[in-house]
Amino acid sequence: MTLLATESLTKTYGGRVTALADLTVSVEPGIIGLVGANGAGKSTLIKILLGLLAPTSGRVSVLGLDPTTDPAAVRARVGYMPEHDALPPDLSAAELVTHLGRISGLPRTVARERASEALRHVGLHEERHRAVGGYSTGMKQRVKLAQALVHDPDLLLLDEPTNGLDPAGRDAMLALIHRIGTEFGISVVVCSHLLGEVERICDTLVAIDGGRLLRADRVAAMTSATDVLAVEVSEGTEELAARLAALQLPVSREGRLLLVPLADDATYDLILGAVAELDLPLHRLDQRRHRVAELFATREPSHV
Amino acid sequence: MSEPTGVIHDIGYQRYTGPRLGRRHVFGALYLHGLRTAFGLGRSAKAKIFPWLVVGIVVIVAAGLTAVRTQTGQVVMTYAQFADAMSWLVIFFVAVVGPELVSRDLLSGVLPLYFSRPLPRGDYALAKLGALGTALWLLLGAPQLVMFLGAAFTTDNGMHGVWDELLDLLPGLLYAALWAMVFASIGLLIASLTGKRAFAAGGIVAVFLMTTPIVGILSIMPSRTVNELALLGSPPSLIHAVGRYTLGDLLAPGAQAEAEIGQFGPVYVAAAVVLVAGCVALLLLRYRKVAAR
Repeated sequence: MTLLATESLTKTYGGRVTALADLTVSVEPGIIGLVGANGAGKSTLIKILLGLLAPTSGRVSVLGLDPTTDPAAVRARVGYMPEHDALPPDLSAAELVTHLGRISGLPRTVARERASEALRHVGLHEERHRAVGGYSTGMKQRVKLAQALVHDPDLLLLDEPTNGLDPAGRDAMLALIHRIGTEFGISVVVCSHLLGEVERICDTLVAIDGGRLLRADRVAAMTSATDVLAVEVSEGTEELAARLAALQLPVSREGRLLLVPLADDATYDLILGAVAELDLPLHRLDQRRHRVAELFATREPSHV
Repeated sequence: MSEPTGVIHDIGYQRYTGPRLGRRHVFGALYLHGLRTAFGLGRSAKAKIFPWLVVGIVVIVAAGLTAVRTQTGQVVMTYAQFADAMSWLVIFFVAVVGPELVSRDLLSGVLPLYFSRPLPRGDYALAKLGALGTALWLLLGAPQLVMFLGAAFTTDNGMHGVWDELLDLLPGLLYAALWAMVFASIGLLIASLTGKRAFAAGGIVAVFLMTTPIVGILSIMPSRTVNELALLGSPPSLIHAVGRYTLGDLLAPGAQAEAEIGQFGPVYVAAAVVLVAGCVALLLLRYRKVAAR
């Protein structure tokens, strides 16, 4: 089943500002990272997926439904977490999430039960009867996530869920999203301008820039065959580099590290042999995944 | 040491397979939520102070009127006149509760959470409008009911007297509904324009009170036609004029009504309908724009 599909999707505001240009992409269920700089068209795309904005031209489908003709059906099965502050300060998290659950069509008692479940899943069980105004940024983000989850959607659209969080909060939020995508069986689209962040939890990445598609692919496909070994020795880095070069390994330097593309397991043996021969103190030798950012960087000039 | 009795089992995430209610129920949920908000129910104690202060005042006034009537046998105010007399309280109630219903949502940014749900954008506005209108109607209608009960229990003419009272009460409640509709539609439209509650409240009071001098000026103009149309100048006087035309004696002695609105009764009714319809249309238009942002 296709989770999301767009076909030549274009959105212009007032005929002058182009937010999306001829975007054609199709993704399977899973955790999808939607990455792009601020203003790349991520939020516009989300609003079109929710049926809040009508595309200027092109077609779009969400969970097999068309949000332009049947927005209510799409929204009943989608949960949305907006980027900005969206919580009335004087309501408690439990009241707010219950109320929004009812607006999603849950019967009264079910809404109450599911609201407290959703808040428990995001880790806000104890505090849920306190007014949201007194919450920390991290807690507010969790409430926003809980309200997107309350009606048991098939797809979550999360707009910059780690916004304003400290590093520990980011990790916790990403772990939570990963858990929702894997254990809860709910597909998730995570919007972010931080590629390094979403690449850790996503199995599909869609990168857009200036409203155009840069690349859309499974993360596994993007990073395979591009792994490198990072070697660090306490001294004698130059000697080792020369020795490895002599062994026909395309070695490159990055600070105190030597980077060697990983061809097969024999590469390990060659490096370890070289280190042993030179009798150097090996600090570390580990496999490093190519950062997805580097994959996009090489393609960037193509859209200008 | 006793064994722990309550053990929490993490049963993991449960998918929901039960019923999902339709548009009518969602509308009802939002409407009831709005009505509760209007009276501060389910909200902080601070939010309850003002609505219940106003409710207290109108009920006490109604009780006072009832007491006077039972003691002296004189009708100080008819049911319809009661609504007129309480108009300034209604204005303040709208100025506080209207922004509470819509401006707060604009400011806190909660609207995207509503509009990303299967709630048509027009339904949001109409549910809030219904909630405010109902709150106003209850505010004016409940004291009338107090007056009715007082009169019904003390009537000297048995069931016939009760029936007469009821026939007086019903137009009063309808008149209260007119007040509620006009005030709710104007008040909510103004409140929906800004997220700042103070500005919204000020705007509402301004529209209702600042337009009163217009009526004054028009009514002293040399033209008799202008004088008779003067009540079009401000919403409260417009309602009053419609009441004069439709209720007649219940609001003021006949001759006086003639003098004030002349033969222009239907014009006033049409103006009231156009005013309410226009405000509702603008309100829906307003939320069409807000939702797309």
